[in-house]
Amino acid sequence: MSKVPSDLKYTRTHEWLRTLPDGSVEVGITDHAQHALGDLVFVEVPEAGRTVAQGEPFAVVESVKAASDVYAPVSGEVIAGNPALAGAPETLNTDPYGAGWLARLRVHTAPGALLSAAEYGRLTTEETD
Amino acid sequence: MARRTPLFAVHERAGARMVEFGGWDMPLQYGSVLAEHHAVRRSAGVFDVSHMCIVDLDGAGVRALLRKIFANDVSKFTTPGKALYGCLLNAHGGVIDDLIVYYRNEQSFRAVVNAATRAKDLEWIGRHAASFGVTVVERSDLAMIAVQGPEARARVAARLDARGAERALALSAFCGADIDGWFVARTGYTGEDGFEVMLPADQVQSLWQDLVAAGVVPCGLGARDTLRLEAGLNLYGSDMDEHTSPLEAGLAWTVALKSDQAFIGREALEAQRARGIERKLVGLVLQERGVLRAHQRVIAPDHGEGEVTSGTFSPTLNRSIAFARVPAGADGAVQVQVRERLLDARIVKPPFVRHGKSCID
Repeated sequence: MSKVPSDLKYTRTHEWLRTLPDGSVEVGITDHAQHALGDLVFVEVPEAGRTVAQGEPFAVVESVKAASDVYAPVSGEVIAGNPALAGAPETLNTDPYGAGWLARLRVHTAPGALLSAAEYGRLTTEETD
Repeated sequence: MARRTPLFAVHERAGARMVEFGGWDMPLQYGSVLAEHHAVRRSAGVFDVSHMCIVDLDGAGVRALLRKIFANDVSKFTTPGKALYGCLLNAHGGVIDDLIVYYRNEQSFRAVVNAATRAKDLEWIGRHAASFGVTVVERSDLAMIAVQGPEARARVAARLDARGAERALALSAFCGADIDGWFVARTGYTGEDGFEVMLPADQVQSLWQDLVAAGVVPCGLGARDTLRLEAGLNLYGSDMDEHTSPLEAGLAWTVALKSDQAFIGREALEAQRARGIERKLVGLVLQERGVLRAHQRVIAPDHGEGEVTSGTFSPTLNRSIAFARVPAGADGAVQVQVRERLLDARIVKPPFVRHGKSCID
């Protein structure tokens, strides 16, 4: 059973979003996503200063087998991509909600249609069934 | 519905992620592809390769048949047990399939062909076999596993009686023998030492389970692909097909052009060699971070463009490697388009890894 922390928001495309005390957000891929992708061997994170729109591909994660787009869960400006992932992409497998964060963003407009942990949990259970 | 090997239930019980491959339901991975890959490079792994098609060719005319349909030099079959890798070619020199042929005795050879090409291979072999009085029998009663890695031969030998183990361990590279109802061959698709074992389907589950109990790691198609690419071994359908000649696929070493063997496709290959090949298959090592994948565009300065045919992340080298088909004159530094960026890569001569060690500077 994959982990779905209750304090985060989620997307149907398996990203998570955490609101930080200063109002900016941290985003990444879910435990369910990393497990489905398998061993990650390359991660391309967005550069600081880039403006992204909600739903736009803004990062790429590659497993041994395939490359997958990661979609921005909110619209905003990238404050930082996680620099530690270049040398240690496996962090996404081992700590997807912590050290495996992909980017921090300054939110421009309040995100629409994000899922609660309970809603996302139900979604992944349905997919697994 | 996809076909199932005699090990299907074992894979399901082990929690393998299954995928369809060549018309078969096969394990992609049991857990981590990287862990399975490293097990083969460092100790031993076992693969279910029962989807591959085992074909027995029997009759007095079998050597003559092979001289016609097999593009490697059949006169190299000097000692029973000898195995040869080569191609079936069409009249245009295109590769119908690649295969391993085992010489069992003068009346009996065994071929192992790819699952995805099974039907056309059997049709092609059967069409030519009739005029040589050779019978073609698909051995769907047999299962096949590949046990690969530095400890693989010892693990298999431990499943045989003392006499059988002695015979198995005495096999030279690329040779096989009938041992106690099993056909044991020192062949594989990983760049490591090991055995491929063909045995009655009803015996394969217990052999598999004994090997796993002895510490051999079950490995799926994911690791099989990273291992074969590191080992510089072609994958049919990706690195060559009916529109590619062996000369354009890095397989000139498997073609009997130095002998007088009149194999199908020979004239086309001689003509191609005389006028010079336009494309060649090379190895690529990515000089930057990223992962090379099939169909990415390769730019060779002053020579034109080519295409990646197989690409992956190399767990042993910790960087991306690939096969690419490029203009014949290309050499040295090239660029590969990965999404919107051009990344620097370098042409190298495969293999990338042999017996656990890097072959790349």
